[in-house]
Amino acid sequence: MTRKQRRLYIVGGFMLIFASAAALVLMAFEENIVFFYSPSELAQKSEQQPIPPGRRLRIGGLVEEGSVQRDADGVTITFRVTDTVEVLPVRFRGLLPDLFREGQGIVAEGTLAMNGTFVATEVLAKHDETYMPKEVAEALKKAGQWQGDDE
Amino acid sequence: MSMHYFANPTRFNRLAGRIQPWAGGLAAILLVVGLYMALFEVPADYQQGDTVRIMFVHVPSAWMAMFCYSFLAVASAVALIWKHPLADLAAKASAPIGAGFTFLALVTGSIWGKPMWGTWWVWDARLTSVLILFFLYLGYMALWQSIEDGQKAAKAAAVLALVGAVNVPIIKFSVDWWNTLHQPASVMRMDGPAIHPSMLWPLLIMALAFQVYFVALLLARMRMELNLRRIRALRLAERSS
Repeated sequence: MTRKQRRLYIVGGFMLIFASAAALVLMAFEENIVFFYSPSELAQKSEQQPIPPGRRLRIGGLVEEGSVQRDADGVTITFRVTDTVEVLPVRFRGLLPDLFREGQGIVAEGTLAMNGTFVATEVLAKHDETYMPKEVAEALKKAGQWQGDDE
Repeated sequence: MSMHYFANPTRFNRLAGRIQPWAGGLAAILLVVGLYMALFEVPADYQQGDTVRIMFVHVPSAWMAMFCYSFLAVASAVALIWKHPLADLAAKASAPIGAGFTFLALVTGSIWGKPMWGTWWVWDARLTSVLILFFLYLGYMALWQSIEDGQKAAKAAAVLALVGAVNVPIIKFSVDWWNTLHQPASVMRMDGPAIHPSMLWPLLIMALAFQVYFVALLLARMRMELNLRRIRALRLAERSS
């Protein structure tokens, strides 16, 4: 074996070992790397172990169609977040991002109240990876080819 | 032509000097065309409106941030294993360029995130792993500076570059492996691009512009480094005579 070959095997072996170590660490910390829970994951988690009220966490999903209601004070809003399986009612007082609308993906940070409502202190909008001009979106809707998540 | 054909610095210098102005000129033309299309020709997005135009700088920057690091890692491996005299040079020269692209991706992403997501920054897997990439570039550059002996510095920096290479697939797949605020890939995905062609083409032109700009900058930096080494060698020879 030449010296070049030996160096190649050393570097290759080192990379393999290091990559496996990194993979193990990431798998071990998966719970902490996940940015939010879907309503289903939240239901599953609270089934295993009830989530104490006051524990801060993030939930994410789609704003359910027809679920958005504004209170009389104009700044409090309630809506339901769904992942098409489980549904979670959310209450939020504050400014919403421009992209917030029914059918839109959102991530909310806050706490779970005793009555099962999620009281959010921050609501962020999440958008998908699809980009297209308005006219194309209109045409797709007209043709009944729409696969997007809004309207 | 063997890998060691351009190991001769004079030969490399001559060829690089000939390519560099062409690469720089091509990058400038592509950048002007791409930016014009992105700012004036591309239609507004059905959801994001005119804010989508940030994509034409943000996405190519992010791609280049990852490409430069992959280049840096491969060059480092070639330097460690085959001891090619230009590999260290190429690795060292690409680091500040990659750091610049990463910075641009982070800043434009932040400017895009505020109006669309409602926040400048979140600690989700994609954003955090790109921030780590930025620190890897800075650490790599600092390591070169902190070790005086050039050969030792090259070896230590190359090892750091290879260790950091695990971060590149983590960045790429972070949006698939974990729940993130950042959306999944739009262009490089299994089912083909999810971007309308009227937006995709300008994006690809901008990506090509950034790529060619990288080549021009890389050659310029490598030639500068070669000249610096020659000056240093000449000074040493002068002093000893």
